Amino acid sequence: MDAKSTPPGTKAPRPRPFSPHIQIYRPQLTSVLSIANRATGVLLSLAAIGLVIWLSAAAAGPEPYAVVQRALVSWTGQVVLFGVTFAFFLHLCGGIRHLVWDTVHGFALRSIYISGWSVVAASAALTVAAWTGGLLVAGWR
Amino acid sequence: MIVESSDQVSGFSWLKRFPIPRNFKMTAESQVEKGLTWPAPEGATLTKAFDVYRYDPDSGDNPRLDRFHVDLNDCGPMVLDALIWIKNKVDSTLTFRRSCREGVCGSCSMNMDGTNWLACTRFISDLDTPATIYPLANMSIIKDLVPDQTHLFAQYATIEPWLRSKTPEPEKERLQSPEERSRIDGYYECILCFCCTSGCPSHWWNGDRFLGPAVLLQAWRWLADSRDEATEERLDNLEDPFRLYRCHTILNCTRTCPKGLNPGKAIAEIKKMIIERES
Repeated sequence: MDAKSTPPGTKAPRPRPFSPHIQIYRPQLTSVLSIANRATGVLLSLAAIGLVIWLSAAAAGPEPYAVVQRALVSWTGQVVLFGVTFAFFLHLCGGIRHLVWDTVHGFALRSIYISGWSVVAASAALTVAAWTGGLLVAGWR
Repeated sequence: MIVESSDQVSGFSWLKRFPIPRNFKMTAESQVEKGLTWPAPEGATLTKAFDVYRYDPDSGDNPRLDRFHVDLNDCGPMVLDALIWIKNKVDSTLTFRRSCREGVCGSCSMNMDGTNWLACTRFISDLDTPATIYPLANMSIIKDLVPDQTHLFAQYATIEPWLRSKTPEPEKERLQSPEERSRIDGYYECILCFCCTSGCPSHWWNGDRFLGPAVLLQAWRWLADSRDEATEERLDNLEDPFRLYRCHTILNCTRTCPKGLNPGKAIAEIKKMIIERES
């Protein structure tokens, strides 16, 4: 509706505006980790489909398996796998944080921030540890 | 990095706002347009720019963001002082709610530099330059910084925020031990400024049915009151996928409460109480 086309002197029959929210609200550790938990959940669901594809290929025989394996060991595949690993640990640690909250513990603002940053640090450390361990065992190809 | 209490202003932030367009997904009538720039009065020596959300229901125009230059040498220290200064000295049509000017009435709650707080207890010096002043987020706007709170108070009424008793009225008052009384500490102090509900993403998306942190904190205030005898009915009323369980423990509420209360914890207490009565 073009409000400016209303004749002068008449009260414009326009609905009230809604004030902006996500468009202006400052990102905080609280909201960002909540969004991250939701996003990693979606990503892990997609990764689960990838896992099924990988296993199906392995069951189907050496040739299909080789195709999927080539994609996985490519640089893009490795970057995606690294991202999925981080998403896995972030979702895991975030989930544990939520379980603690369900027992009505850790709600002091200081605790909320300490647990939040701990989740970020722990996820990063676990991701690096998992990859270091994996590469030590399997070796770099 | 670690926020100790809600009155701590965000010093560190990756982003001032989420990286989306300013009018992302906003209805046509809600889109904020570029507004006027009002010059500082002659002779002003120390000025600070304020970008203020304006909406005039009589003009038929969209909301806009006006820039004011406030003379800090002629103005009190709080954001509310700056708004009153603008109203007195620059544009008398600037409209906002205020009453007590000391953080006990909850009238001047608004969004300053992206977070909700009371304008009377936020220092001007704690804001960026230019400072940005919006009304409480996700509200139907009557004029400028005045949101329509009808829906929020209707939601408040659904939890029946009064003492419900079944036992006969005692001769004098209903007694509480000091220990029982202390159970509502941290909850009875709520001034219903709705900073938390307006800062809650779950309420942004499902505000029609989700009660929001302010109302749920009040619900817990009556559940926790030893004199109240309607606990079962109250829990029945709350046990609903939307009214209570749209809370995903984001905790923007606890971060923003100008009274330092903990709506997030209150909601967790309600969820726990519902689980416990079922087991």
